[in-house]
Amino acid sequence: MAENSKNIVLETKGISKSFFDPVETKVLKDITFQIEKGSFCSIVGKSGCGKSTLLYILSTMDTDFEGELFLDGRSLRGLNNFELANVRNEKIGFVFQFHYLLDEFNVLKNVILPGIKLGKETKEELENDAFVLLKAMEIDDQALKMPHQLSGGQKQRVAIARALINKPVVIMGDEPTGNLDKKNSEIVFEIFQQLCKERNQSLLIVTHDDDFAKRTDRIISMEDGRIV
Amino acid sequence: MKILLILDVSIGFLLARLRQSIVAAVGVTFGVAMFIALVSFMAGLNNLLDGLILNRTPHIRFYNEIKPSENQPINLFLPFKNAVNFIRSLKPKDQGKEIYNSKAIIKALKSDPRVIGVAPKAMTQVFFNTGIIEISGVVNGIDIEAEEKLFRFSDYVIEGDVNEIANSSNSIFLGRGIADKLLVDVGDVIQLTSPQGEINSLRVAGIFQFGLAEIDNVTSYASLATVQKLLNKPASYITDIQIKLTDIKAAPMAAKELSKKFGVDAIDIQTANSQFETGSSVRTIISYAVGITLLIVAGFGIYNILNMLIYEKMDSIAILKATGFSGLDVQWIFIFLSLIIGLSGGLSGLIIGFGLTVLIDNIPFETASLPTIKTYPIDYKAIYYIIGIVFALVTTFFAGLFPARKASQLDPVSIIRGK
Repeated sequence: MAENSKNIVLETKGISKSFFDPVETKVLKDITFQIEKGSFCSIVGKSGCGKSTLLYILSTMDTDFEGELFLDGRSLRGLNNFELANVRNEKIGFVFQFHYLLDEFNVLKNVILPGIKLGKETKEELENDAFVLLKAMEIDDQALKMPHQLSGGQKQRVAIARALINKPVVIMGDEPTGNLDKKNSEIVFEIFQQLCKERNQSLLIVTHDDDFAKRTDRIISMEDGRIV
Repeated sequence: MKILLILDVSIGFLLARLRQSIVAAVGVTFGVAMFIALVSFMAGLNNLLDGLILNRTPHIRFYNEIKPSENQPINLFLPFKNAVNFIRSLKPKDQGKEIYNSKAIIKALKSDPRVIGVAPKAMTQVFFNTGIIEISGVVNGIDIEAEEKLFRFSDYVIEGDVNEIANSSNSIFLGRGIADKLLVDVGDVIQLTSPQGEINSLRVAGIFQFGLAEIDNVTSYASLATVQKLLNKPASYITDIQIKLTDIKAAPMAAKELSKKFGVDAIDIQTANSQFETGSSVRTIISYAVGITLLIVAGFGIYNILNMLIYEKMDSIAILKATGFSGLDVQWIFIFLSLIIGLSGGLSGLIIGFGLTVLIDNIPFETASLPTIKTYPIDYKAIYYIIGIVFALVTTFFAGLFPARKASQLDPVSIIRGK
């Protein structure tokens, strides 16, 4: 690892990936980059350029690739599924295009679920943290409602709160504003920016929304499986 | 903490599909309840039918078998010592029916720790006389105290008091069949002819019914002294010694050993009544097979519901995995789900099963052959309930295992990207 490893939360070294069905197609070619702590990065590129594929490799959910991946200074190569699940739980927060809230539990429960899984804080502490997060997103009054009672924008904010509950080293987003209207997209972007500035939170967002990307600190542009 | 969390998520999923979950649980309830009712009823019936014979059968009976001498004279003839002898038209030797040295044998048996009780018996063939007709029958001379302790004779007495056998020396208890044939009732006097040809008068003190016509039609009971007097034999005359053991399974071994020790023939209950064991075990197997089949069918119900639930909850599974639940955690969520269904269904099955057995136990069942039985027999045993609940849990565990494994192997990326 580099000597300035303390400031680098995510690093890739020569990541490549191929699909073999129906014919061998190389979707990622020798991807190497670093994300520094507290930076707000976006990955942009045309549909099919491999940006989502890259994100899922970075997220540890896809382990079928070549190259090296370091998260928080630790190589993720050779970890089994159980260890990878723990890494995701503790170090990575996800925001997807779709909110993926559990319909069976209320908003608060949805937010604290990864925290209970981590088991480092008591339920009361987690609930306090969750309220602070929900308040910051101005949806603390919705905490005890069920997800289906919320609007699309509110749901996405709950999903962001859930991603933040374990104080992850990096937040990853796969088109987090893709399903939202202009106004809600703006709210989500502002929340991201606020997180980055106030909490020094690292963010890595895949998007095809150029306006969104332009306002981030750093744009990683991809084309045909390469960074350009 | 983690188990509570997983349980929490399972319950959440369960409540989301409450109606189907209840239907699945009812399947288990039905299976367990029927299993318990069936097995308890079948075991009760088995005990009743076996009891007809086995309760009245000693674990080991000592007697003198009618058989030829083992050592024929030819064996003693030295020149033929190494030859094979064929003896035709061999006749059994008359040793008499009396067990010699019976007092000493009884004493030795009573001090044996394996033996619960010893009941001596003097048995003889007689003819009951009514008018000019002679009906052949058997009189058993018994020690009523010992007989009562080992075979609960009074359970089968439908008229009269058993203690009269001991109290008066010329009383007799007749089987229901003979009493009907002789047209006598309690208090009447009957005449019977002993094998020696002497005619004796005995007073009918009571009537018993074992429920087996072949016994009730020929058998009667009197005191030991009465039978000895009937035969003009001394007070030591005994033809059978019956014993019960603490462990019925030890009977064949003990019979062999004691027979050798005392030089008397002995037959154990298993050899004498092997057909009952077979009948009982076949009936038991059938009831277990039916009960277990019901539970397996219930298991398939759970399997279907879980499979459906997994397709419905794909998104939830994907996000659980994305936020750090491992495949194993997801697997346990679905196994817990299945076990909750199994446990709740199983426990209510136990209660309903118990209710069913109580119901059966109260249905009148009166038959002329079984005077002491008033309702259908039920065998209440904790072990049936334990088997029921354990099997319900095992079935639901496996019914849940396969869908749960499938859920644990779902790839969150393909679900999330598929949107």
